[in-house]
Amino acid sequence: MASGQREKFENPVIEWVDSRLPVFTMMQKEYGVFPTPKNFNYFWNFGAIAMFMLVTMILSGIILAMHYTAHNMHAFDSVERIMRDVNYGWLIRYIHSNGASFFFIAVYIHIFRGIYYGSYKRPRELLWIFGVLIFLLMMATAFMGYVLPWGQMSFWGAQVITNFFSAIPWVGEDIVLWLRGGFAIDNPTLNRFFSLHYLLPFVIVGVVFLHIWALHVTGSNNPEGIEPKTEKDTLPFHPYYTMKDTFGILVFVAIYAIFVFFFPNALGHPDNYIPADPMVTPAHIVPEWYFLPFYAILRAFTFGVNIYILAGLGLTVVALLPLFTKKTAKEISLPVMSFLMALAGVLLLLGYFSQLELESGAKALSLPLSTAFVDAKLCGVLAMFGAIAVLFVLPFLDTHPVRSARYRPWFKLGVLLLVVDVVILTVCGAKPAEGFWVPLSQVSMLYYMGFFMMGIPFLSKFEPIKDLPKSIHQSVLGGERA
Amino acid sequence: MIYTNTLSLRHPRGTAEQCSSSGIHTVCDTVTLRNSSVFNTDSCLRRNDTRLFLKYILPFLLLFLWVSPAMASGDEIDLPQEHWSFDGAFGTYDKAALQRGLKVYQNVCAACHSLKRVHYRNLSDLGYNEEQIKTIAREYTVPDLPNDEGEVLDRSARPSDPFVSPYPNDQAAKYANNGAFPPDLSLITKARAGGADYIYALMTGYHDAPEGTELLAGQYWNQYISGHVIAMPSPLSEGLVSYEDGSPETIDQYSKDVAHFLTWAAEPEMEHRKRMGIKVVLYLIVFAGVMYAVKKKIWANVRKP
Repeated sequence: MASGQREKFENPVIEWVDSRLPVFTMMQKEYGVFPTPKNFNYFWNFGAIAMFMLVTMILSGIILAMHYTAHNMHAFDSVERIMRDVNYGWLIRYIHSNGASFFFIAVYIHIFRGIYYGSYKRPRELLWIFGVLIFLLMMATAFMGYVLPWGQMSFWGAQVITNFFSAIPWVGEDIVLWLRGGFAIDNPTLNRFFSLHYLLPFVIVGVVFLHIWALHVTGSNNPEGIEPKTEKDTLPFHPYYTMKDTFGILVFVAIYAIFVFFFPNALGHPDNYIPADPMVTPAHIVPEWYFLPFYAILRAFTFGVNIYILAGLGLTVVALLPLFTKKTAKEISLPVMSFLMALAGVLLLLGYFSQLELESGAKALSLPLSTAFVDAKLCGVLAMFGAIAVLFVLPFLDTHPVRSARYRPWFKLGVLLLVVDVVILTVCGAKPAEGFWVPLSQVSMLYYMGFFMMGIPFLSKFEPIKDLPKSIHQSVLGGERA
Repeated sequence: MIYTNTLSLRHPRGTAEQCSSSGIHTVCDTVTLRNSSVFNTDSCLRRNDTRLFLKYILPFLLLFLWVSPAMASGDEIDLPQEHWSFDGAFGTYDKAALQRGLKVYQNVCAACHSLKRVHYRNLSDLGYNEEQIKTIAREYTVPDLPNDEGEVLDRSARPSDPFVSPYPNDQAAKYANNGAFPPDLSLITKARAGGADYIYALMTGYHDAPEGTELLAGQYWNQYISGHVIAMPSPLSEGLVSYEDGSPETIDQYSKDVAHFLTWAAEPEMEHRKRMGIKVVLYLIVFAGVMYAVKKKIWANVRKP
C-alpha cells in the first residue's frame, strides 16, 4: 500500500516514521485528500455510523467479558452482578445490548441506501458482497450474543435457531447435535457461543477492512449514480466528510443514548429477565426485532413443495429465462412470458390451496398427489437463508445501466414498496403465527422474493433509461441536463 | 488534483452516460412515463428522495405500526396505567413509598417470594442509615461458613448478605405451594410486560370468578393474569400491614407501594442512570449543534459555481 511516491512531512518525527512505514502518507491519501463525490446526502453517513457502532460494541463487549461467567449455572447471575455490583456495569451492559439494535438500525439504513442508489452495481459488486457478508456475520454474532445472558428467550431462541438445521434431510439431526455440543441446549452450547461471540466481531473487523479497501479502489457511489468525471465533482474527504460524518454520528448517538439511559429495555423482551428454564416454554418465542423479517419468512411456510408447486416453480423459471438469456427487451416476447407466468401462478395457487387446511380439518382444495415431498419446515429454512442469499447475487440480477433510483421511477417504486414490505414482515414476525398474520406474511414474503428474483431482472430489461445529468457538478447546480 | 477513475459502468447497452447522451430507449419508451403524474416531474425525480419517502411511505408505516397491536389475537390484557414518581426522564423514586413497600414485602410477599439479588446494604438507597440496615439484617439468620471443625452454624445476617429467601431451595418452595413455584421478585418488574403497572394490576385484580368458570383447589381468579387463573391467593387485605407515616392502610396503597419497591429492586440504578442520561444527551445535542455549524461553515462555498 501507499508505497509509491511520497511527499515529505515537515514534522521530523512523522517524517521519520513515514519514511520507514508510510502510514501517514496512506492516511493522507485515503482519508485526507481522498476524492469523494460532493453530492452525498445524509444517507451516506451510515457507513461511518456503522463503523462507530462496531467499535462501540467491541469495546463495551471486551469490558463485559471481564465480568461475565460463561457457565449455565452462573451466566444469568453474573449478568445481574454486572448490572448491580460492577461499577457502571449497568451502563456498559445497556450500551452493549442497545448497541446491537442501533448497529442493526445503522446497517439496515446503509443497506437500503446501497439498494436505492444502486451502489451494488458495477464496478462495486465485490464491495457490496463484502457488505452482505458483514451483515451475515453480524446476524450470527448477534444471535450468539443474545444467548449469553441465559434468560428464557436466550435459551429458547437458541433452541429454535439450532433446530432449523434439523430440517436438512438425512444429516440434519447430526448437525444439530454437533452445533449444540450435546443432546440439548446446555453448558457446552453456551461455552461455544461465548467463544464464537468473542471471535466473530474480529472477523467482522477483517471483512470491514476489505469492504473499505474495495471502496477506496472504486470510490463512493453517490445519489446521482454517475461517476465523478472531473475535479469539480469531488471534494477531499477531509474536512468535508470528516466533519459531516462527525455531525451525523453525534445525532445518531444522541438517539442511541436516549434509549440507553431512558428506555434501556424497550427493545428487549421481558422474558429474558427470567432465568433460563428448560422445563418451561415461553408462550411466544420471539427473536430480537432485527431478525423478525427473516423469522416471518421462515414461518410463512405453512405449506411444503408438492407436485403442483414444483411444476409452478419450474414454469416460472422457464417463463423468466429470457430475462437472463436474451440481450434486449425487443427479443423477449411479453405475451408469452405473461401467459407462462399466469399458468405458473395457477399451479402455485393449486399447490397452495391443496395443502391449506380448513377449520373442519379438510383441505381447501382436494386434489390428487397434493402431499408435499419437501416439508414446510425445510422450505421455511431455505426461504429464510434465501432471503439473505439473494442479496449476495443482487449485483448480477440487476443489469440495468442506470444506478440511482432517482432516474429509475419503476425501480424506485419497487424499492420503496420493499421497505414497506419488510416493515410488514417485521410486524408479522412479532405476532403469533395464526389467523390473519399467516396470509399477510405469505404475501409479503412473496413480494420480497418476487422483487429480487423477478422484479429486478424484469426491470433490468424493460425499465426505460432516463436522461442522466452530465456531471455531478451540474446536478448540484441544478443546471440543464443532457 | 484530478480525479481519474479507470473503471466505468459498462453494460451491453453501453455505459449509463453513453445511453443518456445517445438517447437509447427500450420498447416501453418514455412516453408512458412522461404522462404519469407521480413520476413525471423532474423535481420529483431529483433531490427529494427523502420527501417522497416522508410523504408516501412513512404515513403508511406509522399507520400500520399503530393499528398492528390492535389486530393482535385476543389474549392480550390491557393493564391500567398508573402514575409513578419514577416515570419520565426526570422521575425519581419516592423514598417513603419505597420504605412502605419494603414493609409490605417483608410482612407479606417474603412469606413465599425470595428477593435474592438485593442485598441488605442496598437499603441505603431507601434512606436508611448504616445502623438501621444492620438492625434490619440482624432479624434474619443465614448459615455461616464451615468453622474449624467443619460444622455449619447459623449466624445473624449482615448488610453484606443478600435478602434471606423463605425456602432453602426451589424444591422446598414448590412443595410448600402445591407445586407452583413462587418466583424470585428481584427482577419481576423487568420480567413482566408493564412493570410496576403489572404488579399493581395483579395485586388489585382479584375478583370472584365469573359465572361458568371452574376453578380447581389452589386456583384463584385474577383479571390481569394471562388466562385469568393464578395459583397465588390474594395476598393483601385492608389493614394487613401497619404504616407509621399515616398513609392509608388499603389494598390500593399497599399495591402501589410494593410495586414501587419492586421497581427499585429490579432497577436500583435508575435514578443514577436518568441523571447521567440528561447530562449525556444534553452534551451530545450541544456537540451535534456545534458540529452542524462547523459543517455548514466548511461547506458554505461548495454549492456555488
